[in-house]
Amino acid sequence: MEILVCVKRVPDSSENEIEVNPSGTDIERDDLVYSVNEWDNYAVEEAIQIRDKVGGSVTVVSIGDEDAEEVIRREMAMGADNGIHLSDESFEGSDGRGFATILKAVVDQGNYDLILTGAQADDGAGQVGGMLAALLDYPYASLVNLIDVLDGKRIKVGREIAGGHQEMNEIDLPCVLSIQTGINEPRYVGIRGIRKVASIDIPIKGAGDLGVGTETIGAAAAKVKRQDYFVPELGEGAEMLEGSTDEIVEKLIELLKAKGGFK
Amino acid sequence: MPEQIFAYILHKNGNVDDTAAELIHAANAISPEASVVAVVAGSGDELQAVCDEMAKTYAEVWKIDSDALVYINAEVLRGLLVRVLPKNPVVLVPHEHFGMDLSPGLSVKLDAAYLPDVVAFEGLEGGLLKAVREEYSGMVSTHVTCDIREGAVITIRPGAFQPDESRDAGGQVLDKTDEAVDGGIPGGNRRYLEIVEAETGDVDITKSDVLVSVGRGIEDEDNLEIVFDLAKSMGADVSCSRPIVDAKWLEKARQVGTSGQTVKPKVYLACGISGSFQHMGGIKGAPFIVAINKNAKAPIFQVADVGVVADIVEFLPDLADAIGDTK
Repeated sequence: MEILVCVKRVPDSSENEIEVNPSGTDIERDDLVYSVNEWDNYAVEEAIQIRDKVGGSVTVVSIGDEDAEEVIRREMAMGADNGIHLSDESFEGSDGRGFATILKAVVDQGNYDLILTGAQADDGAGQVGGMLAALLDYPYASLVNLIDVLDGKRIKVGREIAGGHQEMNEIDLPCVLSIQTGINEPRYVGIRGIRKVASIDIPIKGAGDLGVGTETIGAAAAKVKRQDYFVPELGEGAEMLEGSTDEIVEKLIELLKAKGGFK
Repeated sequence: MPEQIFAYILHKNGNVDDTAAELIHAANAISPEASVVAVVAGSGDELQAVCDEMAKTYAEVWKIDSDALVYINAEVLRGLLVRVLPKNPVVLVPHEHFGMDLSPGLSVKLDAAYLPDVVAFEGLEGGLLKAVREEYSGMVSTHVTCDIREGAVITIRPGAFQPDESRDAGGQVLDKTDEAVDGGIPGGNRRYLEIVEAETGDVDITKSDVLVSVGRGIEDEDNLEIVFDLAKSMGADVSCSRPIVDAKWLEKARQVGTSGQTVKPKVYLACGISGSFQHMGGIKGAPFIVAINKNAKAPIFQVADVGVVADIVEFLPDLADAIGDTK
């Protein structure tokens, strides 16, 4: 099975406090730790496990500036066979539809049976996989937390729905799936693994290489545009307990008692 | 200004989802003048009951009735909606597992803009709709503009808009089935099989009065012991947020959130939990919420009653010891 996984380099929000910069034009990017989007990492692990079971190859593709290469290389260290780095000034300012259009061109140039994306990334939109599938006229399933390869033409997928239940579907290949966290346990990537793939050439492709018309991508084509970042004032917020640990603990126990927090 | 705005209605076993009454207020917030049409798909008597119910809230209800929609597969529904919706429509869909399955592809097939997971609208000017979204699990918000002149599919965060409870619309139900199924049933390359029910664990957290809930801030599986120690000292049960289940440190039955359990305790102690909307969506009944988190900017502090900025790995043992001493 030929598998393409779309990955994104994002600020690691478990390692960083995300704050708005003073002018509200962006988040504060100094000193941020970046990594591969968590959902995408599960998708790559799933692709590698499927390949190891049924054969084939795993290709990781990422759109972004020169820094995107480090996440492609990281996922290759995990076990992906190939990397494709998509980089072009004309990609900047694209909305979800623009990014899906760029990725469609990559799919059109390959021969992929299965295309995986993370269920969402830093912006919480969860859009590119579904759009890509629609542009390709491939079937799509979102929030996938189980993949079972039935044969060369069909797979069985579980979707995470409300209440911890799982919706089972059978899908014809080729298809696009968005992967939910928890579907597997992504393997650890050490420095040695990264070193092993350090010299592998990762081709860079721009709009021209992909045959993507620049009128369909970038800021000019984007119907959805971010105007600013801000931190909302939501009600009064919590009453913050302050003081020494002993004082805080004492106050907290008092409050918990009053609210029925003890049996 | 759109003359009509379409609201996609979720329902299950004949019961209308809570989001159904919220979408009309979301539509009003986009454009108070637009008429709002509820679109309801399904099958048979259950569908009719939902349509009749919706006619109390929406002046116009569109019904799509097919045996192929007994269990609604987004791939099937998308193809049917494209046939019945007018040119350049504005369509609202709840941002939950079904909406996320349906909507991005629907926007492509309608050649319309896609605006996901909106929490508020701030006006419509010259075809540009201004909306508020969140990024980084709610740590920051953004204003976005969306060009809706050629239509838009907009997903709305459940609970972000107040439900309309007037129920005096006296609406009419229009059957759109013939139009929808003309050309056959689309989406045959994804076939629904069954629902696998969630595994039940040894603890039913949906019945707990007091929950000590643990999130990513616990850092290490071995540290879970201090959470169980604290829960024991309080006579509470232990629940958790999604990353703990993803890491396989606790079983799925202990997960609070829209993709896990819905709990209704009296007291909820959120330990090292950032407070994403998916997590908070699983907490009902307005419990007394205590948040302990080392990140002073964690969104949980906006919804908690009481907050403590502390590393739970150090703070929870102190709290457990002090509770032990009071007994």
